[in-house]
Amino acid sequence: MIRQFAEFWQSDFGWKFRHSPTAVLSFVVSVALVMAAIAAPLIAPTNPFDSASLNLMNGFSAPLQPNAFTGELFLLGTDDQGRDVFSTILYGLRVSLFVGVLAVLFGMVLGVTLGLIAGYVGGRVDGFIMRVADIQLTFPAILVAMLIFGIAKGIIAPQYRDQMAIWVLIIAIGLSDWVPFARVVRGATMVEKNRDYVQAARLIGRKPVAIMVLHILPNVLNPILIIATISLALAIIAEATLSFLGVGAPPTQPSLGTLIRIGQTFLFSGEWWILLFPAATLLALALSVNSLGDWLRDALNPRLK
Amino acid sequence: MLAFLIRRLVQSVVVLLVVGAVSFGMFRFIGDPVNNMLGQERTQADIEQLRDRLGLDRPVFVQYALFLRNAVQGDFGVSYRQGRPVADIIAERAPATLELAAVSGVMALVFGIGLGVLTAINRNSWASSAIMTLSLVGVSLPTFLIGILLIYVFSVQLEWLPSFGRGETVDVGGWSTGFLTQSGLIALILPAITLGLYQMTLIMRIVRSEMLEVLRQDYIRFARARGLRERSINFRHALKNTLVPVITVTGLQMGSIIAFSIITETVFQWPGMGLLFINAVQFVDIPVMAAYLMLISVLFVSINLVVDLLYFAIDPRLRIERAKA
Repeated sequence: MIRQFAEFWQSDFGWKFRHSPTAVLSFVVSVALVMAAIAAPLIAPTNPFDSASLNLMNGFSAPLQPNAFTGELFLLGTDDQGRDVFSTILYGLRVSLFVGVLAVLFGMVLGVTLGLIAGYVGGRVDGFIMRVADIQLTFPAILVAMLIFGIAKGIIAPQYRDQMAIWVLIIAIGLSDWVPFARVVRGATMVEKNRDYVQAARLIGRKPVAIMVLHILPNVLNPILIIATISLALAIIAEATLSFLGVGAPPTQPSLGTLIRIGQTFLFSGEWWILLFPAATLLALALSVNSLGDWLRDALNPRLK
Repeated sequence: MLAFLIRRLVQSVVVLLVVGAVSFGMFRFIGDPVNNMLGQERTQADIEQLRDRLGLDRPVFVQYALFLRNAVQGDFGVSYRQGRPVADIIAERAPATLELAAVSGVMALVFGIGLGVLTAINRNSWASSAIMTLSLVGVSLPTFLIGILLIYVFSVQLEWLPSFGRGETVDVGGWSTGFLTQSGLIALILPAITLGLYQMTLIMRIVRSEMLEVLRQDYIRFARARGLRERSINFRHALKNTLVPVITVTGLQMGSIIAFSIITETVFQWPGMGLLFINAVQFVDIPVMAAYLMLISVLFVSINLVVDLLYFAIDPRLRIERAKA
């Protein structure tokens, strides 16, 4: 482990990383936010969803000012129901990242599979898959995701809607961003399938699925990491947007977008902290992941070396 | 060129048929359309009549054809939530969205191209780098946060501009416009900036990088050697040759403006089609969702076609290449 880390540190890639302040900063911020999300139950002072621990008297406490009635102190203040804003942000971060990561994974698996098939099989199958991709690209991803969410809402019985909302979001966002993965993998596969090693594998009688998965896939994986990182930033923003519009994570399981939606209602009454802190967290998350993706793209692009 | 056009036309029709099938599928298979449309007070005769009108006892393909025929004639059924024909509701909401989209589109184009050219010509000035840094923020900020930020600064703190609604509107031949009243124009400012900012920064960045590329070419140096004025070189020789990618992106962005208007309209409670759609999604009002989807796709498909046609109009090289192939 340590030896591998040292190797990475000494490599070209490691050198580039160390010498880019943007990369280091965005990496540190991303990792810190992910850690905070994972460890939310340990760090959060209260569990915002345990109604027994809530005290309505604590409502609308300003950040770092003792509450007028109870004298309790909250780092980032509380909302109208006396929930600690810091804790809700930690739990919201958890939901946002969970949805974002799973949605990208889902889109990635789907896109890579379809891209491999399209590139390797070619012909009509390729034409069909790429046409579907073209049609989908005509529409902005966020619109596609909204539509899928609406359809799912119509199919799922009302009493299960809140429980299922997170999974519907994951599928909706995942289905809306498979195209870039499929395009890149298809292009790379079409190059790789004529290489000698693939011909050799075919000659010794390996099945097409084995050739695709075991031989071609490892050789087309490099660009996928870059697309995945950029997709993650887009997925986090898409999730926040959907939740903000009220067609995403439910108030019982709020993500950062839901928190911003709630906070917006207090914009005019002066409780700025209920809105500001979730918004700043979302911004930090989206910006750091996005610039990490941009940096990866530049650093791994052989043409820019 | 004709073959290319026909291919694009066929493709567009296929897209519309697929979207129509999705809309029809939603309408037909999510819940029972008869129950949804008639509500609580219904008689057996009503049910039979509606069943007959929708053709629910006929094969699915015939139903699909009926659905498409009605849609082409502008009949999208009755909204489950409001109990009124969807076409009426949409006609009522369309002016708000179209006016907002037009203002943001024009704003994005004018400022995007202008700033792009300026930052390319004065590449090393501090103002250019300041604009470029700001544009980076504009690209990465989520739309709804920009809207909230603008509301906070200009409505809550400065109290200069309204934070929601269209202000007063005037009815001109069935089209309610906000352009003719002062409050209507003031109400447009914040939503238009929110909606157009992303498109503006995108257009600006593309114009700038294309301009930088073109300004290095020999013919620009030659034009300069001939003693042409800077303004003529920059706009008649350089800008003209950056237009092809600019048109592609701008055309596609016009589509996104409509889509992103859903977000902007929600933030500013702007009574347009986007707000209508998002409410329809929240309350599973299928006919409204289906109608909006089909309208949007007709719009997208026509924009894409127009963009393709513009290529030919602007770049003569394409005409020759296509003619050979």
